[in-house]
Amino acid sequence: MNIGRFFSRNWLTGYAVVYMLVLYLPVVLLPLFAFNASTIIAFPLTGFTFEWFGVLFETKALHSAVQNSLIIAVITSILSTLLGTLGARAMVRYRFPLKRGIVGLIMVPLILPEIIVGVSLLVLLMQIGISLSIWTVIAGHVLICVPFSVAILSSAFQGLDPSLEEASMDLGETRFGTFRRVIMPLILPGIISSLLITFTISLDEFIIAFFLTGTDVTLPVYIWGQMRFPTKLPSVMALGTILLVLSVFLLVLGEVFRRRSASRQGQDASATGGLM
Amino acid sequence: MTQNAIIEIEGVSKAFGSVTALNGVDATIREGEFFSLLGPSGCGKTTLLRLIAGFDEPTDGTVVIAGQSMAGIPANKRPTNMVFQSYAIFPHLSVADNVGYGLKRKQMSREEINRAVTDALAMVDLAGYGNRAAHELSGGQRQRVALARALVMKPKVVLLDEPLSALDKKLREQMQVELRQLQQQIGITFILVTHDQEEALIMSDRIAVLFEGEIAQLDTPEALYRRPVSKRVASFIGVMNFLPATVTAKAKGALAVDIPSLGKVSLAAGHAPEGLDPTSVSTIGVRPEMLTILFDDAEKAECETTGEVTATSYCGDMTYYSVLLPKADEAVTISMRNTAGRSIVPAGTKVRVGWGAESVVLFD
Repeated sequence: MNIGRFFSRNWLTGYAVVYMLVLYLPVVLLPLFAFNASTIIAFPLTGFTFEWFGVLFETKALHSAVQNSLIIAVITSILSTLLGTLGARAMVRYRFPLKRGIVGLIMVPLILPEIIVGVSLLVLLMQIGISLSIWTVIAGHVLICVPFSVAILSSAFQGLDPSLEEASMDLGETRFGTFRRVIMPLILPGIISSLLITFTISLDEFIIAFFLTGTDVTLPVYIWGQMRFPTKLPSVMALGTILLVLSVFLLVLGEVFRRRSASRQGQDASATGGLM
Repeated sequence: MTQNAIIEIEGVSKAFGSVTALNGVDATIREGEFFSLLGPSGCGKTTLLRLIAGFDEPTDGTVVIAGQSMAGIPANKRPTNMVFQSYAIFPHLSVADNVGYGLKRKQMSREEINRAVTDALAMVDLAGYGNRAAHELSGGQRQRVALARALVMKPKVVLLDEPLSALDKKLREQMQVELRQLQQQIGITFILVTHDQEEALIMSDRIAVLFEGEIAQLDTPEALYRRPVSKRVASFIGVMNFLPATVTAKAKGALAVDIPSLGKVSLAAGHAPEGLDPTSVSTIGVRPEMLTILFDDAEKAECETTGEVTATSYCGDMTYYSVLLPKADEAVTISMRNTAGRSIVPAGTKVRVGWGAESVVLFD
């Protein structure tokens, strides 16, 4: 009996299609209603409009939320890439006591539910008496972004032949000169990739921002607040559409840089891991 | 070749944790010579090269280069340049930028650097390759770029870490000759690390054979081959037949050597390697080409014995015969040149074997 073949040919294909639809159809609805003329989010569509995008430009509270989010995302991406570079370097190049434990500890926020991170950080900050601000959100975001940074950059460092650094030193270059002239150019695509991806993660992040934000709300927190007002829904859809396009663009760009880093070192890009 | 020492290695030891990589190595490398560090993998030869280059510091002892102790001096301040096993060509730079990499830190104008790079590339037969990207080069070309990059720095010593091991056999043989010629032309001291005894014999002025972190013998290629000091050195370099023997008498500066399989022979006392007590001799060695099968009844040799061919292997220019000598447990190998009109005798044939007393090496 060819039961296995029957399942693989028909059922599994059907299952895969349904799976993809359930996963991505809601996302397609977002831009669909963003351009819909009606204030009610329901079919049938009534007409095409840019009105909701226009509303976004007139909302002052939104602008400060966008500003907060951008500041947080930029600082988070720089800090976590910096820490990620150092961590990845140590992880790939050096042996030290408790290495596995330390690496595990760095990577654990990847699988830890964000709500736990958010709540525990909030409790901690309250206990030591630090008031909530943009900076507390940044601290939370760095915590969850560093593992991504480490993952991306360790693939960049893994492809770096240690004898390149020795060759540079051997040719009279200093440690710093070696970093500037050899290491940096070779891992630069990885660094850019890490900056873009951590920026995107921070920009989209809701749960930690919700717990740790004070009066300076971030964009996702602002959007959540607007959901309570049905008349604001279409403009939220428009905002969501902009964020969606921006995120996809940044993630793709990040992956392009990571692959370029791998191919510059003569490796198969798909063999070095990565996020896509 | 001058006899001035360029590198003096004095009692150098290196331990990595509990593992001893080098154990009290002493050696003097002369200015302008082609010096090889030869040994099996894990013998410490690469460790010694890295200590000279300055990538590691010795646990004990000192390395002196051009009269200056290198203790505490990092790699970038030493008058040595290295050709790495992986070549370590900077993948993001062109060939010319790779070769000119170290010159950028020197006080040189753009034109001077360009000229030096062009000259160095011409020296390694890569004139006109300056604009190529690193990944466009073949293995042999990468090796030349790595060499040009080291030579352009005008170092006192060039260090080569198994530079030919990644090349195929033909190219490797060609590069051995070229590298040797280039070294003789420019007269810079080269130190080569290799596990290939043939490569070391072909290229070197002198060879240090290392086993387990210690120098077993330091000599010219010819002396190493003809007069190895131990059975281990003898079997590491080329093929050596070992036969049991005893030294029965020592009179008037002569040694009476009794080799049951070959016969009795008298040797000059100076024939025993330095430091070997002649009475402790238990084994002799003789190279396959020093034994001759006397095919023709009319052929005569200094000494003769008989044996039986047990196996043959034909290699084109040579045939290797395994011959069981009387009172021997194992067959010896005899190599014979395949001259015109000489047929190969089959296994089972009884043959006369000729040999000369001078070709015998004594071991304890």
